[in-house]
Amino acid sequence: MPKDINEVVGRREDARFLTGTGRYTDDITQHNQAAAVFARSPIANGIIRKIDVSAAEAMPGVLAIFTGEDFTEVGGNPAGWMINSRDGSPMHEPKRPVLAHGKVRHVGDAYAAVIAETPEQAQDAMEAIDADFEELPAIVDMAAALSGDDYVHDEIGTNQCFDWGWIEDNRAATDAAIQGAHHVTTLELVNNRLVPNAMEPRCSMASYHPATEEYVLHTTSQNPHLTRLLISAFVLGIPENKLTVIAPDVGGGFGSKIYHYGEEALVLAAAKKLGRPVKWTADRTEAFLTDAHGRDHVTKIELALDAEGNFLAFRTETMANVGAYLSNFSTATPTFLHGTLMAGNYTVPNVYVNVKAVFTNTAPVDAYRGAGRPEATYSIERVIDKAARELGMDPITLRRQNFVKPDQYPFASAAGLEYDSGNYDALMDRMEEIADLGGFTARRAASEAKGMWRGLGINAYIEACGIAPSNLVGVLGSRVGLYDAATVRVNATGNLSVMVGAHSHGQGHETAFPDIVADMLGINAASIDIVHGDTSKIPFGMGTYGSRSLAVCGSAVVRATEKIIVKAKKIAAHMLEASDLDIELKDGVFSVAGTNSSVSFGEVALKAYIPHDFPITEIEPGLEETAFYDPANFTYPSGAYCCEVEVDPETGKVSVERFTAVDDFGNVINPMIVTGQVHGGLGQGIGQALLEHTTYDENGQLLSASYMDYTMPRADDLPFFHVDHSQGTPCTHNPLGVKGCGEAGAIGSPPTVVNAVIDALNSGGKPVTHLDMPLTPHRVWSAMQTV
Amino acid sequence: MKLTDSRTIDADLPMVWNALLDADVLKACVPGCTAMSGSAEDGFEATVVQKVGPVKATFQGRVTISDRVEHETLTISGEGKGGVAGFAKGGATVRLVPEGAATVLHYDVDASVGGKLAQLGSRIIDSFAKKMADQFFTDFQAAVEPAAPSDAETPETTEKKGWFGRLKSA
Repeated sequence: MPKDINEVVGRREDARFLTGTGRYTDDITQHNQAAAVFARSPIANGIIRKIDVSAAEAMPGVLAIFTGEDFTEVGGNPAGWMINSRDGSPMHEPKRPVLAHGKVRHVGDAYAAVIAETPEQAQDAMEAIDADFEELPAIVDMAAALSGDDYVHDEIGTNQCFDWGWIEDNRAATDAAIQGAHHVTTLELVNNRLVPNAMEPRCSMASYHPATEEYVLHTTSQNPHLTRLLISAFVLGIPENKLTVIAPDVGGGFGSKIYHYGEEALVLAAAKKLGRPVKWTADRTEAFLTDAHGRDHVTKIELALDAEGNFLAFRTETMANVGAYLSNFSTATPTFLHGTLMAGNYTVPNVYVNVKAVFTNTAPVDAYRGAGRPEATYSIERVIDKAARELGMDPITLRRQNFVKPDQYPFASAAGLEYDSGNYDALMDRMEEIADLGGFTARRAASEAKGMWRGLGINAYIEACGIAPSNLVGVLGSRVGLYDAATVRVNATGNLSVMVGAHSHGQGHETAFPDIVADMLGINAASIDIVHGDTSKIPFGMGTYGSRSLAVCGSAVVRATEKIIVKAKKIAAHMLEASDLDIELKDGVFSVAGTNSSVSFGEVALKAYIPHDFPITEIEPGLEETAFYDPANFTYPSGAYCCEVEVDPETGKVSVERFTAVDDFGNVINPMIVTGQVHGGLGQGIGQALLEHTTYDENGQLLSASYMDYTMPRADDLPFFHVDHSQGTPCTHNPLGVKGCGEAGAIGSPPTVVNAVIDALNSGGKPVTHLDMPLTPHRVWSAMQTV
Repeated sequence: MKLTDSRTIDADLPMVWNALLDADVLKACVPGCTAMSGSAEDGFEATVVQKVGPVKATFQGRVTISDRVEHETLTISGEGKGGVAGFAKGGATVRLVPEGAATVLHYDVDASVGGKLAQLGSRIIDSFAKKMADQFFTDFQAAVEPAAPSDAETPETTEKKGWFGRLKSA
């Protein structure tokens, strides 16, 4: 496929998003609809002594009240990946019920739900529920959780979900390499917990038709098929053919809407019980308390080097918080999306990663934009920066010296992946050029002249996207395959509906995907529309996360379109009385090679549905094809990032002055969308580095549960971004040659910013070696006072 | 959150001590307290209405007094449940030291909140708790100390007692 298939055009979906005419779940109101409101635990850990709903049931408008007792007969919400510990034992997987039963395990844990005529009545009745808890000590700190005698799940008898080693067979060699190294740089760091903060809070609405026993669930999901599968196979046992899950417009997810949540099961059960549609819409506080959070790793990383600065080994020990229950991807995120990337862009021969996943009385933690790869990149790129400073080496030179070189692909990394393509030096070259590193000295002098310290931060990253080869993830413990699917339907009048498994909630699929089909068929993209987000319309789909939509679902679109072309050529051959082997397709016209005999794409489409003279034993009527695409490997986007910050020596306030992101996304279908995705990722990554921080107090109370205390990045916190994706090396194993761009910015930017701030402090005579994110003025200023 | 402070109260130590154990004084001094019953020995039942940021709630709670060392120190602990607003609990260890005719009241407050109250964030909660503590001890001081003579009254005819003192001597 050629690069830059189409010139930059506006995104189709923006017309409705920017004019307030999107159709989100909460915008949909059904006849006779009732409202659900949840009663949520005010404490982090406690035994439910009493839930007296008698007063609440007598309140006006109340239709039903559910508690955990009502769901003891149904299944729990499972983890999607089974992880084995180093000793071979399987991870601990406590039941995650629809509503808390017996115990509440985090602030916000739902223990009852009220269904009433209106949300206000449901809220009033919820407040009348008389619940009594025996409060138990909250388990908040991970180290204390591992050493203590109080358990989040008593039946497990430990707070350690698993103790994972990657790759266990490489441990001894890694230990030996570190032992014998010329220099070892050690860094202990915290990857701060983040709240996803999608613009649209979660919302679920269910209806049930008694005559057909069919359920319809409208919900804020990144992957409606996976939600249906989880509800059908694990939680409620509703047959898949009786359950339609629809995710209409969804206002952002960043990972938090991948997962199935108990509220979805509750509204389904309530809709059946009442025979009425039931809707629940989260408020912002519920989003803070119950959306799966991100990151929250505590890591010790060691980098061993020889006397020439060659990397000999990375070794890490990480505690990864999984919160009170295992969310669907929570066990994969700190393991196979993290440990496998721990070789970075480097030829380092030894890598060993140890991850202990820890239950705590906090909200579940799961994949959040980047999902494991930001944690890996942050650890690697921070320790490299520290090593460069310790050894007096230039941070770019040290990285370049250890980069995988272009002639080494396919490259088997020491962390177990096979990188198919890349050119990290070319990215670094381009970054140095765009960022004008030659002018840094002058810019630093200018900053110093106005009393500011200026720092330069460098970062290189690699990630694994296009998740993922089913045969590989099956070996690694995934309980699902990670292919995707598409159906291309050519309608009789020549326009197309393309049903795709990847849900679009801001990514721009409705604009990008038609371009693929249009380019292959040589027709106008305006005659092609994407259908997504409805399990009754789409063959199947594993959803949108892990920067996989274009690489995996886009490839399924290619495969289905290829099938369309094969069949359309047969029809054209029949129409032209030629052999289909002689038919060529160019610019939307089928012609017999070497002749001027041709039919248009539209004529072929019409013929497919009006087959009066078809040889029916050779050609079926209709023109519709489906393909499932299972990738052969991950894709490996990479990048070189650079950032310049100013630190105010008086206050410790950091401002990001310049930011350059040069990414290798392989081929690019729509440059404007790619640039937008990078901008969004950078905003989130800079937010993590400087502003965002999720704070539980020692009692497990979420203190940062509103925008009063949780600082989101705003436009004036961000500089102009210099974004470039001109150095793409095409992915070698998918038909589009694309790698995925959705998470890169959030992966590459946090270490870039922190490296820059450390550099600024050192330039100001403060030899600070590390600061944990977020780099608030208080933290930076405090560090300045103590060195 | 923790608060440590002291106040010098212009009243003798036994009067301050007795005031601390008096349900009426506590009711008058606990900000927002609408009902207080019970005794220092058996504990008090209290109802407090408070507005914290956007959350207004009625807290039903129990207050107990423990670790009593007569005329020296005691600990006041309480826990109030505000329903959907969450809960607040805390304690104050109070130590009395005579200073001439006055009494220095040292206090260490340790308070915590949960549920919706906690989600308001520490900025609101800490300043609210400090305000509550300040208010309590200010009112307590006013209850126990002699009122400042006003212009309308002649000093000689005004007894140098606060309302608690006047009540007790009536």
